Amino acid sequence: MADDKGKDREKGLDSALRRKLLMGLAGLPALAMMPRGAFAAAPTSAVNTTGLAVTDTEVTVGILHSATGTMAISETGSIQAEKLAIAQINEMGGVLGRKIKIIQEDGASDWPTFAEKAKKLLVNDHCAAVMGCWTSASRKAALPVFEQYNGLLYYPTFYEGLEQSKNVIYTGQEATQQILASLDWVAKEKGAKSFFMVGSDYIWPRTSNKIARKHIENVLKGTVAGEEYFPLGHTQFNSVINKIKLKKPDVIFADVVGGSNVAFYKQLKAAGIDLSKQTLLTISVTEDEIDGIGGDNIAGAYSCMKYFQSLKNPNNEKFVAAFKKMWGDKTVIGDVTQAAYLGPFLWKMAVEKAGSFDVDKVVEASPGIEFKEAPEGYVKIHPNHHLWSKTRVAKALPNGQFEVVYESPELIEPNPFPKGYQ
Amino acid sequence: MFGDYSLADLSSIFVMQGFAGLILFSVYVLMALGLAIIFGQMGVINMAHGEFMILGAYVTYLCSTFFQTYLPSLFGGYFFVAMALAFLASGAMGMLVEWALIRHLYKRPLDTLLATWGLSLILQQAYRTIFGPREVGVELPSWMMGSIPVTDSIEVQINGLFVIAVTTVITLGVAVLIYRSRFGAQIRAVMSNRSMAGAVGIDTEKVDRTTFGLGCGIAGIAGSAFTMIGSTGPTSGQLYIVDTFLIVVFGGAASLLGTIASAFSISQTQSTLEFFLSGSMAKVLTLLAVVAILMLRPQGLFTLKVRR
Repeated sequence: MADDKGKDREKGLDSALRRKLLMGLAGLPALAMMPRGAFAAAPTSAVNTTGLAVTDTEVTVGILHSATGTMAISETGSIQAEKLAIAQINEMGGVLGRKIKIIQEDGASDWPTFAEKAKKLLVNDHCAAVMGCWTSASRKAALPVFEQYNGLLYYPTFYEGLEQSKNVIYTGQEATQQILASLDWVAKEKGAKSFFMVGSDYIWPRTSNKIARKHIENVLKGTVAGEEYFPLGHTQFNSVINKIKLKKPDVIFADVVGGSNVAFYKQLKAAGIDLSKQTLLTISVTEDEIDGIGGDNIAGAYSCMKYFQSLKNPNNEKFVAAFKKMWGDKTVIGDVTQAAYLGPFLWKMAVEKAGSFDVDKVVEASPGIEFKEAPEGYVKIHPNHHLWSKTRVAKALPNGQFEVVYESPELIEPNPFPKGYQ
Repeated sequence: MFGDYSLADLSSIFVMQGFAGLILFSVYVLMALGLAIIFGQMGVINMAHGEFMILGAYVTYLCSTFFQTYLPSLFGGYFFVAMALAFLASGAMGMLVEWALIRHLYKRPLDTLLATWGLSLILQQAYRTIFGPREVGVELPSWMMGSIPVTDSIEVQINGLFVIAVTTVITLGVAVLIYRSRFGAQIRAVMSNRSMAGAVGIDTEKVDRTTFGLGCGIAGIAGSAFTMIGSTGPTSGQLYIVDTFLIVVFGGAASLLGTIASAFSISQTQSTLEFFLSGSMAKVLTLLAVVAILMLRPQGLFTLKVRR
């Protein structure tokens, strides 16, 4: 009995002790949030002198794409790729010992919204870097914000060039990288002399076609049989297809985008233009677009990009497997998706080279950064903030994939302000 | 302008261009027909017309996937089933929308513009959530692809012929329904004098609902047919809405014949100009011409037939 009483007393003590312990435990998360300078690779005060959102364990990075609106079609792939890259970096231990935390904002396919959200990511969230923008219009809208608040943007889309900013790293191709080598290829391989250009009516197709025209006329000594533009969202191409039939160009050079793209290829096919006989070179169709166009409708066309899902190299096989594991078996990976995947890695390497998250130091460290594990093979950042990369031409297959038929032997130097092409 | 072409080329230009214009005409009539009924007969500005079309397109997509998986032997004929289902789906959705939204706004016609615009945004986001933001590819049976060569340089697109046939059938059907049937008489009666129509025993609410459903159903058929020539994505409906309104307004809101005449003139102008000028320029000139004509004949221009 006495023993029992003693035990009771002990129990009483026990529970009081336990309560105190529990109270202490409740405070543990707060403890975890306290600075633990001793454990981190480098003290935060040293790697972050400009007030970015960097703690001893975390660094905040923004993702700014359209998850809603018209452009969601294209930008979804980029969001997925960036999230995959960041997840992989975190698995590898993060950047300078800090895990990346994502803040995702929706540009909603509306250009002023991009500027507004960019400001939010830089001013409120103090993001160390932002992966984002897709259309040139959204980039142009957000650019002044990045320059004003000294942010850092990784921009994934192939675009028209004619731009270079301290605050942007362009992970896609500028126009000459995409176009010139493929025109050379088609002239040599198919003996092409006359070209017919069809594009959507805005800055990217017009600038690209201008560069292509100069190259065709001055370098290849060929002719441009026609150059036609249609408003964005145009769905009727029968008239221009008739014109193509009459002009009988050696090559149709197409940069139609969005919903018009689908209509263009469907009507081309319906009009009896057989793409296995009529050479068509496009700079606006990736695996993503073929999903909507339908493999049968575009089989035989040639696309000029730097990346195709079917590329055969160990880096790409790993990337494709990881992408499908994260986002499902049915997703396809287009050129821009791959370029978006490069952004977080290039940033990580620049930060580690600089030993700091400070934007100025990261920018300074960026030129010369090499990414040998890139799915496209190998890329390197040029002092003009674009990437050295290869040009590839591939033939569309009925199953929606591409078969690479040409690859430039060397990396092509980015040249956003090409002389003689403006 | 003609100097570059030989005489044989020129004659095939005219034949092919005539046919291209005819296809465009059919496409325009098909997309405007549903709106002409709703806007012309009921005075409701349905900004969600494009989204009802895309509902039809998605139904077609689901149908094609279903037939491919479960009934591959009947795949060749699935398109007809898909069009019927598209009509029912869009029609049912239209009646639901009329019941939930439109019927409260008959006395405030301009508010229908806002309400249906909001509806179009909601539907777009719903498609995006359900089918994903990417465009879907609709597989067509092989007999509907390609073209029939008539001569060396003249070829006739099969899907063009198909659109022309569908448009003809639907237009005749609508004409008979509105001008020759008992139901059509009821629609016209309600439009011209609502209270009198009610007094002689017409169930005006039912007529409203059915008319709206009919217009939306036809939009669904149009969407289904357009999977052959255009894209199917959450926002594809937006590609059609401007042209559709242009045709209905230009034709004079209340008349079916006006819609057809306006679709004809706009499509022919557009397709001819596109051939001789560039695509964007053709559009600009067509729009300028429409504006100029509407200034001279403003009857067409948004003279809302408001219910009294």
